[in-house]
Amino acid sequence: MRYSGFKVIKEALTGHKGWTPAWRDPAPQSHYDIVIIGGGGHGLATAYYLAKQYRQKRVAVLEKGWIGGGNVGRNTTIIRSNYLLDGNEPFYEFSLKLWEGLEQDFNYNAMISQRGILNLIHSDAQRDAFIRRGNAMILNGADAEMLTTEQIKARYPFLNTDDARFPIKGGLAQHRGGTVRHDAVAWGYARGADGHGVDIIQNCEVTGFRIENGKCLGVETTKGFIGAGKVGCAVAGSSSRLMSKADMRLPMESHVLQAFVSEGLKPVLPGVITFGAGHFYCSQSDKGGLVFGGDLDGYNSYAQRGNLPVVEDVCEGGMAIFPAFGRARLLRMWGGIMDMSMDGSPIIDRTHIDGLYFNGGWCYGGFKATPASGFCFAHLLATDTPHPTATAYRFDRFEKGLMIDEKGMGNQPNLH
Amino acid sequence: MIIDHPLLGPRDSAEFTYMGDARLIDRPDPDAETAAQDFYEYGYLRGNPAGWHDELWFHEAGDRSWLVVTRNTLTHEISKVQLARDVARSRGRSK
Repeated sequence: MRYSGFKVIKEALTGHKGWTPAWRDPAPQSHYDIVIIGGGGHGLATAYYLAKQYRQKRVAVLEKGWIGGGNVGRNTTIIRSNYLLDGNEPFYEFSLKLWEGLEQDFNYNAMISQRGILNLIHSDAQRDAFIRRGNAMILNGADAEMLTTEQIKARYPFLNTDDARFPIKGGLAQHRGGTVRHDAVAWGYARGADGHGVDIIQNCEVTGFRIENGKCLGVETTKGFIGAGKVGCAVAGSSSRLMSKADMRLPMESHVLQAFVSEGLKPVLPGVITFGAGHFYCSQSDKGGLVFGGDLDGYNSYAQRGNLPVVEDVCEGGMAIFPAFGRARLLRMWGGIMDMSMDGSPIIDRTHIDGLYFNGGWCYGGFKATPASGFCFAHLLATDTPHPTATAYRFDRFEKGLMIDEKGMGNQPNLH
Repeated sequence: MIIDHPLLGPRDSAEFTYMGDARLIDRPDPDAETAAQDFYEYGYLRGNPAGWHDELWFHEAGDRSWLVVTRNTLTHEISKVQLARDVARSRGRSK
């Protein structure tokens, strides 16, 4: 069923009896051409582009819980393409371009709002770094604008630019950045994939791989064995757990990242503002809640909940830059498990096992990457060659010293 | 999280810096034939289990000792805390 304004009016006049479920609930078949493990944003996007762009007919997505119950429903919904390095920027710009056409493409309202993102500057060194970053963005076809203190004052009059500790000396703005209704991304991709014949199988946990003579023949699941020509893994924070079933060790650690939302307020904050010096960033959802976060807790965790020192740290950062928000009450806080890679950049690659493919290491930047991650992983699965924007995301880059280390932190995952 | 420091007693984990997998104590032999591969695995392929995990914590805002903390990554429960120095010596290191 195609959604449209006409359809909404028609259903309103006929008692809303014509709506059908947005996707089927099929039983797994015994064999698929391609099986995707992980029904999150990346897995569903991969299935969608496999079916739509690469014309694959027999594709399944296996999800151990319900679709969209992991990080795609736990992030702070920001999209942007303000990266520096050659390995990253073309990929993230490709992703932002896909976001811009996504709602029309999959016929679903994902509430994509290009309200802009602003990175604040407080020192000369930061200004130099952001000018360089902005130039790298422009060279790769993205938009970037350096704002002066006066321009920031005019656009964001509530910011105190003369603070003694962190005076605001300017900012790097990307006006095409913004926010998205994150759950709708999972649902839109699921509905789109289902409409192109993909089986989305929920409550189906993969318990092992069937590997014979160096070739992956399929997966053992809680719903029995499912044969597959190719298996693609896109399970984010659970990557090390899943791939250990194929006796693989990954260059990543799983860390918990917390996020927060306040009670609903009237519009107070246009766009996204990041206060990197204070480890804090914030946007306001369409419902009015202030959505904000900060740093990782910093230790390996699979608990999907963090601890109080980081809550305190994030709130201190918030109070330093937006003292007025201290009056707002915290509504919810939660944690998600980040697949923190050793250089802070992702992996979209084949494994050493024939027919087994991997997508992960998204650190805490996976949401904005969702469309391009799905597109590039689908490209790899369908054609066995990397997508032109994702050629650097190889497994062997750590061994060969070809790191894509945006922050220059080295192999210390909790610092990326 | 509260880390029960062997010398100082219970301390807030916020006083510590986290360094990850305690296998970083076992530095490979740089003169071995396989040194390049060994150091790649040492540097990049660390343990990332869901469950009990031996890991290094540095008491940066305290006595600056390194600890090996046995912690459950699913529950954040800590079952054992040792001085990294003692662990290294028990594995034959001089210090």
